[in-house]
Amino acid sequence: MAYKIKSAECTVCGACEAECPNIAISLKKGTYVIDPAKCTECQGQFDSPQCAAVCPADCCVPA
Amino acid sequence: MSNVVSLDSIFGLGELAPPATMPAAPEAASGCSSSSCGLSDGPADMDPAVWEKVKNHPCYSEEAHHYFARMHVAVAPACNIQCNYCNRKYDCSNESRPGVVSEKLTPDQALKKILAVAQEIPQLSVIGIAGPGDSLAANGRNTFATFEMLQKKAPDLKLCLSTNGLALPDHVDTIAQYNIDHVTITINMVDPEVGAQIYPWIFYKHKRWTGLDAAKILHEQQMLGLEMLTSRGILVKVNSVMIPGINDEHLLEVNKAVKSRGAFLHNIMPLISDPAHGTYFGLNGQRGPTAQELKVVQDACEGGAKLMRHCRQCRADAVGLLGEDRGEEFTADKIEAMGIVEYDDEARRSYREHVEAERAGRHASKAAAQADVRDSVGTTVDPILIAVATKGGERINEHFGHAKEFQIYEVGPGGAKFVGHRRVDQYCEGGSGDVDTLDGVLAAINDCTAVFVAKIGGCPSKSLAEAGIEPVDRFAFDYIEESALAYFKDYAERLDQGVVQSRAGQDAVIRTGALTARRA
Repeated sequence: MAYKIKSAECTVCGACEAECPNIAISLKKGTYVIDPAKCTECQGQFDSPQCAAVCPADCCVPA
Repeated sequence: MSNVVSLDSIFGLGELAPPATMPAAPEAASGCSSSSCGLSDGPADMDPAVWEKVKNHPCYSEEAHHYFARMHVAVAPACNIQCNYCNRKYDCSNESRPGVVSEKLTPDQALKKILAVAQEIPQLSVIGIAGPGDSLAANGRNTFATFEMLQKKAPDLKLCLSTNGLALPDHVDTIAQYNIDHVTITINMVDPEVGAQIYPWIFYKHKRWTGLDAAKILHEQQMLGLEMLTSRGILVKVNSVMIPGINDEHLLEVNKAVKSRGAFLHNIMPLISDPAHGTYFGLNGQRGPTAQELKVVQDACEGGAKLMRHCRQCRADAVGLLGEDRGEEFTADKIEAMGIVEYDDEARRSYREHVEAERAGRHASKAAAQADVRDSVGTTVDPILIAVATKGGERINEHFGHAKEFQIYEVGPGGAKFVGHRRVDQYCEGGSGDVDTLDGVLAAINDCTAVFVAKIGGCPSKSLAEAGIEPVDRFAFDYIEESALAYFKDYAERLDQGVVQSRAGQDAVIRTGALTARRA
């Protein structure tokens, strides 16, 4: 259970990285990626996955 | 280099004879000018402490924008709201509008770029962070990291930032701590019903909000942030995007609301809307205002919060005087190749001293020209608009064919004042003019009675005359305002004799598409 970033639509703005409560998002080779081992889909932390809620390109989706 | 006012062209300008090769060498431009819009008058109508803060800030002082350059560093790509007029995904080096940027920078890269630009452009006085997202989104981390380094390295540069206001109340203390004394908030509405048509969603307190809820939160945060800033003595400029049919008349309410909360300046900008930009408004056929529609709203707000009319809606990585962009000279690769740049404020200091001296003489000469018109013309003649080709320094020092924009002055019995600018495609490329481009220029200045240029060719001159716009090159290299007043005196006489006709009622097109012309 984890989210992923659709790299083709990502604008590399970094908004998701700043919001992720699990520090699961990082910049790898010019694009942001979510570490599935760390991603909790924000369950028990917030109402909805923070990356998806903040993403201006709506490219954070269930993996 | 040639599209910037070089230091040489400003030093010793008016008092010396124009260069011998005057018409052929636009780079060596020289002449005289003046200005008098909203905030140009200086200490006479302003608290001296405030004038000290704004006099060299091109975005806060209309007068300063003729002399000083700004630089935006694109360190803040993240945003916390979605606006229907914005699509930050689209990037093109020929585009010029907020939210667009070619290269995102880390704070370290930004610092290096700032130091390099400061060495090359002595007119540089302000460093701003305007995105390309929101400077305070993602906790403003990159924004404040950049300012912290900059404050230590180059203390003579003013710092400013621009924000949508959503996260502003959380950061006011930090803003004050870094001596950021200019903050711009984009406020398009004070009524959530209007806001819901502009903002599809916001991200606030770990949640995405939509509709009226979103607009209400944004509005409350904006007003709170504005009050918090002004109560700390931080100057706030409010930007509003004029969207016909959505918030055009509403902007008078916005003007009142922000004035009552202490905003220093209100900048009403036309919506930039084009399907090619991929914005919601662009794709759905929402149009931007015409030049006269914009001016009517701006004029109606005059008397409320002071209006800014010289905004160029520049890119989040713009470099140079307003109206020009030298960003291409300072790409990351080029900065990298420059190696370590040492900080040295000598050139900037001497340039600022020069401007200070020049300004002192200007105020008297403007007043004299104004008195002459008042005495000889009387008050019965309606004001007219004049388009001016200039490279800065408040002088008529650009060729018609080389102009990428025209500054618009309104001149009448009450004086001459800057009221706006019109972007155009450069008419002349590689020595010959382009007819299609000329039509675009004519549409952009169609509400003007005359166009002041340093020089103009026979063909465009004829087309202008046929369109009822008088091309005027007899004031080449002189100061703009004094020339406009002299022209107006002559115009009033000719109007009286029935030799010329008023152009009242004409409108003009605000150009929003990509600049297709190659750089000069």
